[in-house]
Amino acid sequence: MSVYMSYGYAVTRADAALEEALSHVRGVAGAPVRLVGAQGLAVVVSSVPESDFGETALKARLEDLDWLESVARAHHSVVEAVFARTTVLPLRLATLHLDDNRVRDMLDRRADEFALLLDQLAGHVEWGVKVYALPPAPGSPAPAAVSAATGTSPGRDYLRSRQRQRRSGEDAWRAARDAVLSIDAAARGLAVDRVEHRLQEGELATGPGCNVSNNAYLVPRQGGAEFQERLLGTAGNLDGVRVDITGPWAPYSFTASDDTDDAQESHHEGAAGAGPTQPEAGTQ
Amino acid sequence: MTDPTQARRPVPRPAQTVSPYGQGSSANLADILERVLDKGIVIAGDIQINLLDIELLTIKLRLLVASVDKAKEMGIDWWEHDPSLSSRAREDSGRPSLAEENRRLRAEVENLRRRSLAPADSAASLVDDEAVRREESEPDQGTRRRGSDDR
Repeated sequence: MSVYMSYGYAVTRADAALEEALSHVRGVAGAPVRLVGAQGLAVVVSSVPESDFGETALKARLEDLDWLESVARAHHSVVEAVFARTTVLPLRLATLHLDDNRVRDMLDRRADEFALLLDQLAGHVEWGVKVYALPPAPGSPAPAAVSAATGTSPGRDYLRSRQRQRRSGEDAWRAARDAVLSIDAAARGLAVDRVEHRLQEGELATGPGCNVSNNAYLVPRQGGAEFQERLLGTAGNLDGVRVDITGPWAPYSFTASDDTDDAQESHHEGAAGAGPTQPEAGTQ
Repeated sequence: MTDPTQARRPVPRPAQTVSPYGQGSSANLADILERVLDKGIVIAGDIQINLLDIELLTIKLRLLVASVDKAKEMGIDWWEHDPSLSSRAREDSGRPSLAEENRRLRAEVENLRRRSLAPADSAASLVDDEAVRREESEPDQGTRRRGSDDR
């Protein structure tokens, strides 16, 4: 016989209508989700087999990107289903309890904190904004190519072309930094909070360009269209960068309360501070 | 996304306008992973994956999604490489073309292999003919399966 555990997706307000709405939603491994409630709050959970989610199994499974992707997408889709209807606090992937009673105990212990967060995040959504520095367009004359034809000394030509390359590199970096700053400024005008994510440059990072900033902004739900419009407008006036806006997301990036914050490197800020997540120009 | 001229100007994607509630299944895996693995409320559940979670998953996330060191390294000098190499647009279009080249090379190898069999065919002794016929009638394990895998 398989033993089952309770996999938690999100915390929200307990609500019969929500329970009804979620009755057709499927979570990890296609299992139906349910609400486990305490003190007016509820955790959205589903049952998962211990054979996959026990400590040892989980450790091994997490090494498997396909498995990780399916769990991550299932997790996200349940969070989205709740997010579509009410304020939601997403839980981190693979939050596991032995059974629903243990979930209820946890909810009891942290009810005040969750209630506060739910109040703070009500009516807000998260938007992701990534800025990519683009290499010069293939059609535009490359500085090195221009300099290559001139001059008499190959050595001097080489040095000159290196210098121009470096200069154009610095220019490109400066342009990217300015772009990040103006896009950030435009976003802050409409956002109530901002969190920096790590730059995306791993094997899953897609699309052209080099990711130079990756921020999440907490924006009033109704402000989404204006947020996009304003950012796209700003981006339209900038050369050499590509801006990728994603959302609206459930407020994943804004659930870290002070006492539970783990040792993440994300910088949680209010309206202060600015700048791209990048090394100083001319660090070399 | 692969067309650099398209990508240059941000274009609102359908996902942003169609669904009032978020990304749905269209969301990019990297964007999802950085949220579900690195953000969201941390609860010390009964499975102590926070040992794993924070340590291992964060490391994993970095490997998969956000190699800061690599980004920094690239941020500093990616445009300083030879212009013919530095263009990420070219690099991107280079990916399919690498696959394309692979396919071409495989086809060429296949061609050569066939040609190396051809002289035997043209020698056209009965024995050779029979060997060829046998090779054709048997659903050949080696070559045929390899061929289908390639495609």
